[in-house]
Amino acid sequence: MTDITRLTAAEIADRLAAQEISSVEATQAHLDRIAAVDGDVHAFLHVDAEGALAAAREADERRARGDHVGALTGVPIAVKDVVATQGQPTTAGSRMLEGWVPPYDATLVTRLRAAGMPILGKTNMDEFAMGSSTEHSAYGPSHNPWDLERTPGGSGGGSSAAVAAFEAPLAIGTDTGGSIRQPAAVTGTVGAKPTYGGVSRYGLIALASSLDQAGPCTRSVLDAALLHEVIGGHDPMDSTSIEAPVPPVVEAARRADVTGMRIGIVKEISGEGFQPGVQRRFEESVQLLVDRGAEVVEVSCPTFSQGLAAYYLILPSEASSNLAKFDAMRYGLRVGPQGVESPSAEQVMAASRDAGFGDEVKRRIILGTYALSSGYYDAYYGQAQKVRTLIARDFAAAFEKADVLVSPTAPTTAFRLGEKIDDPMAMYLNDIATIPANLAGVPGLSLPSGVADEDGLPTGFQVLAPATQDHLMYGVGAALEAALLEKWGGPVLAKAPELTAKETVR
Amino acid sequence: MSVTTADAVLPYDEALATYDPVMGLEVHVELGTATKMFCGCSTTFGADPNTQTCPVCLGLPGALPVVNATAVESAVRIGLALNCQIAQWCRFARKNYFYPDMPKNFQTSQYDEPIAFEGYLDVDLDDGSTFRVEIERAHMEEDTGKSLHVGGSTGRIHGAEYSLVDYNRAGIPLIEIVTKPILGAGERAPEVARAYVSALRDLLKALDVSDVKMEQGSMRCDANVSLKPRGAEKLGTRTETKNVNSLRSVERAVRYEICRHAAVLNGGGSILQETRHWHEDTGATTSGRPKSDADDYRYFPEPDLVPVAPAHELVERLRGTLPEPPAERRKRLQAAWGYSDLEMRDVMNAGAVGIIEETVAAGASPAAARKWWTGELARRANAEGKSVSDFNVTPAYVAELDGLVGSGRLNDSMARQVLDGVIAGEGSPTAVADARGLELVQDDGALEAAVDQVIAANPDVAQKVRDGKVQAVGALIGQVMKAMKGQADAGKARELLLQRLT
Repeated sequence: MTDITRLTAAEIADRLAAQEISSVEATQAHLDRIAAVDGDVHAFLHVDAEGALAAAREADERRARGDHVGALTGVPIAVKDVVATQGQPTTAGSRMLEGWVPPYDATLVTRLRAAGMPILGKTNMDEFAMGSSTEHSAYGPSHNPWDLERTPGGSGGGSSAAVAAFEAPLAIGTDTGGSIRQPAAVTGTVGAKPTYGGVSRYGLIALASSLDQAGPCTRSVLDAALLHEVIGGHDPMDSTSIEAPVPPVVEAARRADVTGMRIGIVKEISGEGFQPGVQRRFEESVQLLVDRGAEVVEVSCPTFSQGLAAYYLILPSEASSNLAKFDAMRYGLRVGPQGVESPSAEQVMAASRDAGFGDEVKRRIILGTYALSSGYYDAYYGQAQKVRTLIARDFAAAFEKADVLVSPTAPTTAFRLGEKIDDPMAMYLNDIATIPANLAGVPGLSLPSGVADEDGLPTGFQVLAPATQDHLMYGVGAALEAALLEKWGGPVLAKAPELTAKETVR
Repeated sequence: MSVTTADAVLPYDEALATYDPVMGLEVHVELGTATKMFCGCSTTFGADPNTQTCPVCLGLPGALPVVNATAVESAVRIGLALNCQIAQWCRFARKNYFYPDMPKNFQTSQYDEPIAFEGYLDVDLDDGSTFRVEIERAHMEEDTGKSLHVGGSTGRIHGAEYSLVDYNRAGIPLIEIVTKPILGAGERAPEVARAYVSALRDLLKALDVSDVKMEQGSMRCDANVSLKPRGAEKLGTRTETKNVNSLRSVERAVRYEICRHAAVLNGGGSILQETRHWHEDTGATTSGRPKSDADDYRYFPEPDLVPVAPAHELVERLRGTLPEPPAERRKRLQAAWGYSDLEMRDVMNAGAVGIIEETVAAGASPAAARKWWTGELARRANAEGKSVSDFNVTPAYVAELDGLVGSGRLNDSMARQVLDGVIAGEGSPTAVADARGLELVQDDGALEAAVDQVIAANPDVAQKVRDGKVQAVGALIGQVMKAMKGQADAGKARELLLQRLT
């Protein structure tokens, strides 16, 4: 019998539909895998075996009764810990929310539950999604299944590691500047950031409201499209949510056709500054698309080089305000100031925020508070918004010439844990190629393009599409994926080392 | 009780002899929408603390706001009624500051893009003249929670042992209406302030967008006051007196601040820019917290909300729903009812325009309607410390009572007895008159007999009347009425007496 955990979500769904396996079996298999390897990987902050199995039983009963089932009914999933799950702890990787159990579900969680998808648990992340390595998690970093000494990316490294380590066939990530796509790139998995407004943000603990977007973390492009369809679509609880049906992403992923499509290589986000092995796999992938009938054009988006600077003003500004609610008054960590008898509310707020937030969070709150201050607003936040407009114009011009844009997802393969922790700028540069999509609200997808020759670690290929045209990136991604599978004779994750199962009981 | 040293104040006339007052009035109005500004929670006043809350208005992690469309419509209607321009496109902004009664530690408000701007309101003053108050803006925002500071002597946060917060109020839709600096009111500044708030209250009531109850806090006024030497161009430093919660207090607080500022300035001092607290009991303000223009709320556009863009068609449709402006309505009704200016002002001050209109519509004469509501009923209400609306007397009942008098069934004193019965809950005026057997005697025979009897019994008085002192007949009428036990038509008695004596 095949190992269920090695199957893609679509394959599990097929076997569930054929009643070859049950959802309880699929869920249990993943729970067992988590028990075996997560001591090393540390993808999860919280595992909800009981809840997942109950949902699995319910999914099996639904199917047995002949009730309506969706494409992914019964397929288990992991959810990034920044997403509110009723009855399950939600910490956003912060001490500030240690032990907080939301009294409500995020809209996307409501949709997962309605679709009958058992939620295995909550995945690790950089605190409040600030980081590119999970090293800023208050609960310790996650480890890359390709090399446990390396990062699985961030902020959603827990989700990418869980999927790459076969602890979950699917996971939810959130992407504010690349937190779905960069982890996907460095773990040899697939990650998609839908168009801004394509998936409801209701229940996502906000980092930067105008940039945040939830999306799928998977091992295949089709799986990502299937999950996108479940969680996407208009939500009246999120006024920035798009009032339109989900684009035909599944259809595009199944068709995997690039014939006659114009693929635009963005001059500014490839080549120089990118690791040679990353660049080489990128160029080969472009050639594979050409072989399949696509046409290549080079486009220039000169303002993309300003993206990182604009991003690191807009994000901290919004974050400084979004994180103000963590003040120890109503929920979360509360500590009294040292040596103060009957402290004031203000003193408790200050002491709690000092104790509850990590360094990176404090750094960004201070940056954002400064950038929004009167007298500085125009020079910082105001200018950054102008850059944002220019980036959107560059995208619009580029999409005149090309149907989709492509680039390497991240400049390097997975770096070593500890390597960049004391160098915020080096850490920030990981997102150089992914940030423009968030600033402009366009969708982006990362899929594996192979492994770099120099270190044998996975490399990522990014496809960007015009807003609301998410299906285009799925079509191109699926075509490239098919070509690569043919070339390699199997998925890139087959090249990853086997993790040794631990005897320890978690 | 507040423990403060009293500030020096200058007599009002002396203050005005040297200085011109300048005011800026900020009025917060809680909209009467069924749900809150950004979530579906109820807005009902007086519910148990924290029972009308949800993840959104509690600011729980992950929750998002959605704009209440009805609140936007109310804001547009208020803007239109204040002769404002309506923004074709505007955004909410975050006003960032930390306070325990603010769940998100920012207030979702509007900053440089208010929904309505550049308007005016004409307000009637006591002498019948009109003063135009220019409106700078009206913008939408959410209310904060309500803090209750327990254990201190002042009821304020400083010195309190602990504080309780009720988030039922958090997220209630507010409209803040801000005037431009009100210049040129001179000695009438306090009156203008009161008249403005009063006119605004009438307008909002007519729009039916708020219950505008100042005592419940659904309408709150902050009064900015500054003085400049008479004739000077440059404005002085202002103080902002917060939460002045009655019309009378608005007038008193402005007057007090004028006198206090003048004393400080005359003494060579300078005004500290600060908020002030108004104390109803002492009739004085005390220092609050310093407030400078450098207060940095780090405003930025609210990224969780899409811009509000009221379509032209919507604005025009809402314009069509505006009620007649209170001032025009007043003029129209005064003409229709034939009231003198003085009578109309009494009616207005009694807040009885609406109820008189209903009473006239129910068939009463305008004069009778005014007499009952601002006379007999107002007198009774005052005596009992109530409002006329506390009595179970409806406009229809008053019209019915007026009809009973007009048809000759009741005289005035009987009508007052009937009113007693109506107020006591004995039913309609007709029912009360029936039950109490109150009816003028229509039998002329009995009246004539009584007249003859009274003339015979009072020959001296009768002679005076015969001699031409007609006013003496009053004494005889009184005797006749007494003989008839009050149930006679006094007019008819007079008529018969004069017939016989002249």
